[in-house]
Amino acid sequence: MKPAAAPPPTPTAGWELTRYRPIRALLARRSLNWAAMTAALGGLLLAILAGLLGTAAGSANFGIVFVWIVWWGLLMTLLLPLGGRLWCLVCPIPAAGEWLQRGALVDPPSAGPTPLLQIAPARSAAAAGGGMGRSWPRRWQGIWLQNAGFLAVALFSTVILSRPAVTGGLLLAFLLAALVLAAIFEHRSFCRYVCPVGGFIGLYALISPLELRVRDPLVCQGHRTKDCALGSAAGYGCPWLLTPWSLERNAACGLCGECFRTCPKENVAVRLRWPGRDLLVASAWRLDEAYKACIMLSSAAIYPLVLLGPWGRLKAWANLETLSGFAAYAAAFLLLSLGLLPGLHLALAAVVRRAAGLAGVSLGRLFVALAYPLIPLGLAAWVAFTLAFVFANAAYALPVLSDPFGWGWDLFGTAGVAWRPLLPGWAPRLQALVLLLGLVGSIVAADGVLRRLGDGRRSLAGLAAAALLLTAETIGFLWLYLGALA
Amino acid sequence: MSRLRLAVLVGVAMLGAAILALPWPGSPPVPGEREVVVRASQYAYAPGVIRVGRMEQVTLVLEAEDMTHGLYVDGYGAKTEAVPGRPGRLRFVADRVGKFPLRCSTVCGPLHPFMLGELIVEPNRPLWRAVALALLLAAGTVAFLAAEPARRAGEGEA
Repeated sequence: MKPAAAPPPTPTAGWELTRYRPIRALLARRSLNWAAMTAALGGLLLAILAGLLGTAAGSANFGIVFVWIVWWGLLMTLLLPLGGRLWCLVCPIPAAGEWLQRGALVDPPSAGPTPLLQIAPARSAAAAGGGMGRSWPRRWQGIWLQNAGFLAVALFSTVILSRPAVTGGLLLAFLLAALVLAAIFEHRSFCRYVCPVGGFIGLYALISPLELRVRDPLVCQGHRTKDCALGSAAGYGCPWLLTPWSLERNAACGLCGECFRTCPKENVAVRLRWPGRDLLVASAWRLDEAYKACIMLSSAAIYPLVLLGPWGRLKAWANLETLSGFAAYAAAFLLLSLGLLPGLHLALAAVVRRAAGLAGVSLGRLFVALAYPLIPLGLAAWVAFTLAFVFANAAYALPVLSDPFGWGWDLFGTAGVAWRPLLPGWAPRLQALVLLLGLVGSIVAADGVLRRLGDGRRSLAGLAAAALLLTAETIGFLWLYLGALA
Repeated sequence: MSRLRLAVLVGVAMLGAAILALPWPGSPPVPGEREVVVRASQYAYAPGVIRVGRMEQVTLVLEAEDMTHGLYVDGYGAKTEAVPGRPGRLRFVADRVGKFPLRCSTVCGPLHPFMLGELIVEPNRPLWRAVALALLLAAGTVAFLAAEPARRAGEGEA
């Protein structure tokens, strides 16, 4: 007897943006996406060139200022909290590979996508363009590679942030890796399984108020050709290797809108919704995402300690000034991210299991589930760090616009603008506000998760235990930004 | 929304307003002057954390040990610069409490943006207010959620 098909995802409530013609018109124009991506690619290439050829003084180099202050600041304070994977819509890193795969820059040729570069026949139905089109190996699926990539970048972040040549080299490596992987694997395999930034953007997109989903899953059930995934003459299939008709979470959806353009049933919608819904999709709770939540939370504590703290020796260790110092710093970083913090949350899971009467749920399952409430607080902690960093250094953007390489140019007359911090004195208040919002969001998420596990039953004891740990963590972050560190 | 939840909301709002608006107990203003010598080298200040009392007249004497360094006090806008052998001075009255980063305002190398110290003007009421708010919001959120029983799975879920 065939197993019953999984029920279609329930349409989510929310305010549909695509009910408005101007928004539908915007989304329907692939050329706008292409234009934004191309502009971003120009910026990326300038950042790479400035990094490799320009001044070694980071604050006077376009590569450092516009990548780690301007782009990072916009990403963490606006794009990610409000739009989830909105950055992925215009990210230039996969651009060249995608154009090669499709054999076109913007719209598909009228007869269907024509491969510009085809080394071997495509192996999967989703690969309708050029390249070898291989499926990503199953054992490397998930975000474990992205977790490792993020940890590697994080460990060397002091070196990366302070040396333009290293930033330039890293960006070039990402660009080339994306191109090579696009030639071998189908669609956006690099973005989906390798990109270290995509790993945490996808995780935090789970609490974004923006979502792209089908309007009515029953319409999809009756639709055989599944153009949204496989493509058609009207457009490309989903480059994120998703099946839009069963999409339940934001984690892997890059908001490219390809399904919207390709669907002949006009059954794809973009909505604003209450943040955090995706955290409660229990069927999607996974260990790799749980670890990602722990890694991001611990990194959000280590970065301000090292980069914003008063200890010159710690900065020197992180800056690779001595091998033994860096080894000690790296060991502490990895121990906290992969051992101590997950261990603390495993202990919480054990306490909650008893307190909430969840003996029927395995400890491992509970550990994974209770990692998801870390996501609102984790994002809040990263926003708090970014505010400190960006407010203090945003003023470098104006001089660097006029003199991107630090060679004494003055293209727009702003090269002589003196440094001063932005809105001095406001950063601590905003940091506290953001952290407190994150705390509330995390406690609400913990309640939702515990109710999912308890068949809708609320356990006050379990919730109180989770709230206690989340509050302690929040107070720790408040101490980092408002208290004396020594 | 049930009456109980509304009561929780109102209670949290009132307590929160009290935490923010009411004066906190703390040490009285400290009249007098304080002079602190701050030694700067790539990429830290010594001492890294400076504690002063509210209303103290603070003089920071910046001594650069290896190259030109600046010192900018966030929140007060005071700044100075020093080259080796020629210290810089800045003076201000610590009339605002809390934590204020000390930053290097003269590019001094790759880690210049991360050359930071801390000025703590006591009592550090902003920290205590924030901690109190965290405790209040945590308790308030749990109380708010507990004030209405959860529906069973599948019942009325969106």
